[in-house]
Amino acid sequence: MFEFLSVLWFFLIFVLIAGYFVLDGFDLGVGVLSPFIARNDGERAVLRRAIGPVWDGNEVWLLTAGGALFAAFPNAYATTFSGFYLAVMLVLFGLIVRAVSFEFRAGDPGWAKLWDGCFFIGSLLPALLLGVAVGNIFAGIPMDAIGDYAGVPLLGLVTPFTLLTGLLGLAMFLAAGAAWTALKAPLGSELRARAVRLRVPLQVIALALFAVVSVYALAIVGTEMDPALSVLRWLFAALVVVGLAASVAVGRFRDDDLKAFLAQSAVMVALVALLACSMFPVLVNATPDSVGPAITIFNAASSELSLTWMSIILCIGLPLVLAYHVIIYRTFRGRVNSEDLTHY
Amino acid sequence: MEAFADVALLSRIQFALTVAYHFLFVPLSIGLGLILAINETRYYRTRKPEDAAATKFWVKVFTATFAIGVATGITMEFSFGTNWANYSRFVGDIFGAPLAAEALFAFFLESVFLGVLLFGRKRVSPKFYMVSAWLVWAGSCLSALWILIANSWMQTPAGGELNAEGTEAVITDFFAAAFNPSIFARYTHTVDALLIMGAFVAMAVAGWYMLKGRHAEFAMKTMRIAAVVGIVTSCAMIVFAHASAVVVWEEQPTKLAMMEGMYDSEVPPLYAVGIVDEETQEVIAPFAIPGGTSFLATGNFETEYPGLNELAQTEEYGDMVVEDMPVNLVFQSYHLMVAMYGLIMLTSILVLVFTFRGGRIAKMRWLQWAAVLSPIWPFIAIQTGWITAEVGRQPWVVYPSVTGPEGVSLLTADGISMSVSAPELWLTLALFVLVYAVLLVGWARVIGRFIKEGPVEGGDDVLDRQLDEAAPAAAAAGDAVERGGE
Repeated sequence: MFEFLSVLWFFLIFVLIAGYFVLDGFDLGVGVLSPFIARNDGERAVLRRAIGPVWDGNEVWLLTAGGALFAAFPNAYATTFSGFYLAVMLVLFGLIVRAVSFEFRAGDPGWAKLWDGCFFIGSLLPALLLGVAVGNIFAGIPMDAIGDYAGVPLLGLVTPFTLLTGLLGLAMFLAAGAAWTALKAPLGSELRARAVRLRVPLQVIALALFAVVSVYALAIVGTEMDPALSVLRWLFAALVVVGLAASVAVGRFRDDDLKAFLAQSAVMVALVALLACSMFPVLVNATPDSVGPAITIFNAASSELSLTWMSIILCIGLPLVLAYHVIIYRTFRGRVNSEDLTHY
Repeated sequence: MEAFADVALLSRIQFALTVAYHFLFVPLSIGLGLILAINETRYYRTRKPEDAAATKFWVKVFTATFAIGVATGITMEFSFGTNWANYSRFVGDIFGAPLAAEALFAFFLESVFLGVLLFGRKRVSPKFYMVSAWLVWAGSCLSALWILIANSWMQTPAGGELNAEGTEAVITDFFAAAFNPSIFARYTHTVDALLIMGAFVAMAVAGWYMLKGRHAEFAMKTMRIAAVVGIVTSCAMIVFAHASAVVVWEEQPTKLAMMEGMYDSEVPPLYAVGIVDEETQEVIAPFAIPGGTSFLATGNFETEYPGLNELAQTEEYGDMVVEDMPVNLVFQSYHLMVAMYGLIMLTSILVLVFTFRGGRIAKMRWLQWAAVLSPIWPFIAIQTGWITAEVGRQPWVVYPSVTGPEGVSLLTADGISMSVSAPELWLTLALFVLVYAVLLVGWARVIGRFIKEGPVEGGDDVLDRQLDEAAPAAAAAGDAVERGGE
């Protein structure tokens, strides 16, 4: 039972991460794109309104993933958050200034430039650094005997590989942001046209980065991957490629923004699933020169009772969460129109 | 100079600073959330334009405040891992679940229905909108419950045991851990304090408009709501505060000793004010009721409680170095909190009496000023209350509570992140001060603007105007904004 729960929670953590990458991914992408894609205050208002009702709930997926990691695998939570200290702080400061930028921008035109800037920077920092963090736990970090990070602060985390995973993450978030903007901007508006024009090259860039990262990843840890999951890995890798191609196709040739967005989201899920299948049962890899072993579900999992209670909590909570999301996305479905641009 | 490189001290300063700042806005959002929900319900019943203006005003003030509370709350969840990695490893098996539950049960609820409050007035039915206001408030109260379960477990651990290696606290009984000995007392005590804060802020806004002679009707209505919420919550506080104190008396002897400045075992007297001389280990107070605190705790004037020197001889509390204990800080915080409660009660009674007896407050400038200044009292009480609770827990991060399971305790200094260095902490500390200062100014500007603008009937408030200006631009840019509505 304990082993089953450990495996289950390994994958549930990745489910929460996938939820976060898909949902907050597009609104982070919109934030990073905002200075380039919106040319005037009106278009900026449309962008803010396009994600305004949903971004907060999207971000809660990150807090849930963090809390679940803390509860299910305390060692992994402690190692990553303290080991990536300055990087985590940069993500945190990004999320902080971003969270207030919406309301403060709406209530204080005098400081509009500051809050627009915060919206951009606050979106860019997480959008770039989350991918770098994933690259690090995948490729491995130097660890001491109790599992604390033993490398150089911040700069030790930046390697060619982690930079590439950071860029892959950024490209995926930007593509999702462009896809969401295309879906929500008024039909026939220049804003939508610009978003559509950006979406395709961003997806092509994401595809190219995915290919490079995959080859690189196989070269680094290819031999350590669980052979039992190799079929799944091929499946999800294929899904990423096919999904991106499909998203380009339906967006470009069928002019269907919803399908293009959904395909892009499916690609994000497939990418996280591929990551999970490539890492299992490892949560944080250790570099070969590490004193301590890699952090896995076997040496990091909480007790059986704790995992059981976490499962009960999730069984009650997840249906509620999904219901809330249905409510909010249904309430604010459709494209933004001028009626919507009034607030409260 | 050692202090500059003391990771444990710097981590404590960072946590104290960020949590105190967070706890500046949480009381406002939980307190004002109730005021908003009451206003929204009134508008739902009457559908009068002036009630629409009132509730829209509170939505604006509430959401801007809520945003900064949410933003600074992320820091707290991250900080266990970033700054307290060894703590996280020690308690993760028990402490992580409430944090995950808080996100799952409370944060999602709050955030989704906040989205409805912000953008949904024209999109959902009036009833749905009104229910959303209550759900956001319920979500924030639920969030407080989970985080206080976690915090109370650190004060009075239960439902766990030390693992065989002695490296981790593992859970043995989920309900015993969640409903630990101090949770009910501490939850009711805390949330009630937050509701007092909300009521007093509403009083202050109403008092301000009365002083300025603006929005007379709104001011009077708001004062009535605030007076009722204020008196109910202030009176309830007597029960909750007492229950909280009793838990400290029963479970946390070193905290009690610090609150009353007891170095040697004694029958604790009741001081109103005083100074603890940490050198001579004496309390210098102008007057004291002999046995007063003993009476409050047990109902008689003779019960002796152990002092810090005696406790330091015991096995449980032997890690404590009496000379290093911040006794005066805890003593002053605790007594300041109690003194503030006196002012809170006095304000509540005065405002209630003069609001409802013919609304005489509308002409009483001194009472209007008192209302404007009144949020200072709960603000100080809330901050000093937390200092009492958290500094009083030192030097442990997981307190060796009297009824707690054996061995389940952790010194604060042993809970730090070994991979984080002092220079990194100085850097992030500086960034926190800078960013949080900008946020505070930004928030004050927004709230100041909302209060200056006041409740405006019709859609003609600042924000609508600003966005109406934006809308034609969007239309011009898109040339088909109207058509785009599907």
